[in-house]
Amino acid sequence: MNSNIAPSTVTKEDRKLLAVIQSGLPLVSHPYAEVGKRIGMSEDEVIERTLQLQQKGIIRRMGIIVHHRPLGYNANAMVVWNLPAKLVDSFGEQVSALEFVTLCYQRKPDEEMWPYNLYTMIHGKDRDSVMEKVDSLLALSPIKNIDHKVLFSSRRFKQHGARYFADNSKNGGPAPASLQSKPEPCR
Amino acid sequence: MKHRADLPILDSANRRIINMLQGGFPVSESPYQETATRIGISEDELLWRLEVMKTDQVYSRFGPLYNAEALGGAVTLAAMKVPDDDFERVTELVNAHDEVSHNYRRSPTPLNMWFVVSTEDKNGINSVLSTIEQETGLKVYNMPKQKEYFLKLKLFV
Repeated sequence: MNSNIAPSTVTKEDRKLLAVIQSGLPLVSHPYAEVGKRIGMSEDEVIERTLQLQQKGIIRRMGIIVHHRPLGYNANAMVVWNLPAKLVDSFGEQVSALEFVTLCYQRKPDEEMWPYNLYTMIHGKDRDSVMEKVDSLLALSPIKNIDHKVLFSSRRFKQHGARYFADNSKNGGPAPASLQSKPEPCR
Repeated sequence: MKHRADLPILDSANRRIINMLQGGFPVSESPYQETATRIGISEDELLWRLEVMKTDQVYSRFGPLYNAEALGGAVTLAAMKVPDDDFERVTELVNAHDEVSHNYRRSPTPLNMWFVVSTEDKNGINSVLSTIEQETGLKVYNMPKQKEYFLKLKLFV
């Protein structure tokens, strides 16, 4: 999905724009005009470039990036599946369409240590509700008693958005330390 | 802007805001006005609610979500088998790398530390992972992505 876009389709001007909005859009009536002021671009140009970057898949989407716990999602599990090569794709497509599967990747297994090739992320109010969701995935499995593991997170050590650009328009720097490495118990 | 402590964090207007804005935000001259109209509140109220929810850490960021690979970067998921009594030391060493964005302790499995590594160029991943191996003395298992299925990145509230 959009992984094969050549980096060259991102111009220097695009990068300037991406750098200034990476930490967030301003909460003002005309946010794109405000962004433009910071980097010497007109509002029209900011809007046009942003739309193009979205169309190219470089910006996956604009919007809000939530913290799970204040929203009542207290449990998350990474569920890994060991599927035969022939079946991994159809199962991946099928489960990724479900509302509660937030991420779904096919990954290269480690031959000696870790045979699992499909990774699904499931969020729920608590562990029981996550397990119910896992059961409904199991019911969809093309193979009876499929080899899988449910890995609950017991502790979160670090979570910050990856930063791709040095933002020169202000004294940006990395995310506040409080968001970078606050160890936090997770149920 | 005044912070009203009596406002429940997730009243119905805030739920509508979160559900709608996880799905996207207009790229236009007055995007907050457009969004507010669809939710049925004023633009001022939307901006105020977004400020309050930011302060309350309901959300971490309001803006773009980038596709790292499309920008020439690389992302991977890596795991380690860390002895219980060595967990704190290894956690510190791993998290000291700016390229590590998420790090979770997970159980039950022999691989109990799982972290995401993002780098600006494709070759960066291997160098970060081998540095971590040298620093910790533990093997790092790299589980590179082979295919990505539909990404919702959305939680309904």
